[in-house]
Amino acid sequence: MLSLIRSSIRDLIPIFLVIAFFQLAVLRQPIPNIGDLLTGVALVVLGLTFFTRGLEQGLFPIGEAIAHAFARKGSLLWLLLFAFALGFGTTIAEPALIAIADEAAKVAAQAGAIEANDASMRGYSRGLRVTVAFSVGIAIVVGVFRILKGWPLHYLIIGGYMGVVVITLFAPAEIIGIAYDSGGVTTSTVTVPLVTALGVGLASSIRGRNPLVDGFGLIAFASLTPMIFVMIYGMLI
Amino acid sequence: MDLLIGLAHTLYATLHDVFPIVAVVVGFQVLILRRPIPNLGKSLIGFVYVLIGLTLFLAGLERALFPLGKLMAYQLTSPDFLGGDPVSTDGLVRWQDYLWVYVFAAAIGFATTLAEPALIAVAVKAQNVSGGTVRVWGLRVAVALGVAIGIALGTFRIVTGTPLYYYIIAGYVVVVVQTVFAPRAIIPLAYDSGGVTTSTVTVPLVAALGLGLASTVPGRNVLIDGFGLIAFASLFPIITVMGYAQLSDWWSLRRKHRRSSQKDDGN
Repeated sequence: MLSLIRSSIRDLIPIFLVIAFFQLAVLRQPIPNIGDLLTGVALVVLGLTFFTRGLEQGLFPIGEAIAHAFARKGSLLWLLLFAFALGFGTTIAEPALIAIADEAAKVAAQAGAIEANDASMRGYSRGLRVTVAFSVGIAIVVGVFRILKGWPLHYLIIGGYMGVVVITLFAPAEIIGIAYDSGGVTTSTVTVPLVTALGVGLASSIRGRNPLVDGFGLIAFASLTPMIFVMIYGMLI
Repeated sequence: MDLLIGLAHTLYATLHDVFPIVAVVVGFQVLILRRPIPNLGKSLIGFVYVLIGLTLFLAGLERALFPLGKLMAYQLTSPDFLGGDPVSTDGLVRWQDYLWVYVFAAAIGFATTLAEPALIAVAVKAQNVSGGTVRVWGLRVAVALGVAIGIALGTFRIVTGTPLYYYIIAGYVVVVVQTVFAPRAIIPLAYDSGGVTTSTVTVPLVAALGLGLASTVPGRNVLIDGFGLIAFASLFPIITVMGYAQLSDWWSLRRKHRRSSQKDDGN
């Protein structure tokens, strides 16, 4: 546990250095609320220590156990359903996504794409969240299917990028920034370890798959498809 | 007391986020798989550790780093700090005035990425799976460098007001070209590292920087120019991680080459 705390401190030192340097040397202002700052720092260090400990003991084993159980059960349909539910379920409640969707509704109202009242903005924002969650669900399904088939990842991802580029040409200018950002925010801190363990677990329990080459890549899909789906959403509404 | 209320609030929010994940996992486990998870008790304790850890981590960030980081982002982009009116006589924005903003963007991007828990998770997994050829620190530093470059370039884009998709599409072209030459085994990991860089720590600070910049640079629209920094932060790590693998491949080849040529000299 002590060595874990030490490595947490080491992980966090760069942030403190950056903030201290800019506050004291560039902005030339004193650091406000030292007391709050120190308790906050202690909490962050403790939190990171607990998280990394729980990661190895809880999240990774659970993700891998599920992957092995599905591989042994051999039911493709249930595995793909699970993949979709995991992608959809973890994304729909993601706070970063809720924040982005609300901003996007404001943009759309300003641009005149929807009426500038609360009801239509809320509807737009909810529609956007469902769209992104759906696209992440699809992404995990495609990613899991790829692991089963052993297809090379780069063809699919590069094909997806081309899709993004082509759709960008037709999408309204206001939605592009939000669409590109929504790719990055969909994968939360609990989802990433679970999904990674699922992919690696699947790849290592199927004969002929290499966990490093075939097991990774699920997150890549989950960051790609929202861009495409959100731009399409912006075009349709 | 204030601290406890904050912690309880964060715990509630974390539980709310994690609930769908638990529901899906438990639902499939009980209804479909019907197979007990090995070491269930130990795994559950681990899961509770994750929840406690995330709660403390977020509460601490909320208390210490976010207020200060956001305040700094606004101060660095404010006209007072930039030395009066940043609009030069001909009405154009001089991007050189914002030099400290780019430096801050790169530094904070690098530092927050090193502390990103999701990235730690992927790096640990990658080291285990690769048998040590991918090292935790090598991967994390490569990703952090990518985020630093990405966010610095993203702030430059906001200042100059050039369209986002020029940069993103150019970045894609680099990724595609690199994919052809990079070692096969690193490609999926590189693609993944784009998505994991931006979560708990990075997004709030970077979003504050983007929105602050777009609202103070004359002629920028917050809603159009304020977004896009996260897209930069997800694209450039792909490039740096593949670059890291290419460089380390090249180094070990060179070393092998030199060793064999030294042997030749000895003969």
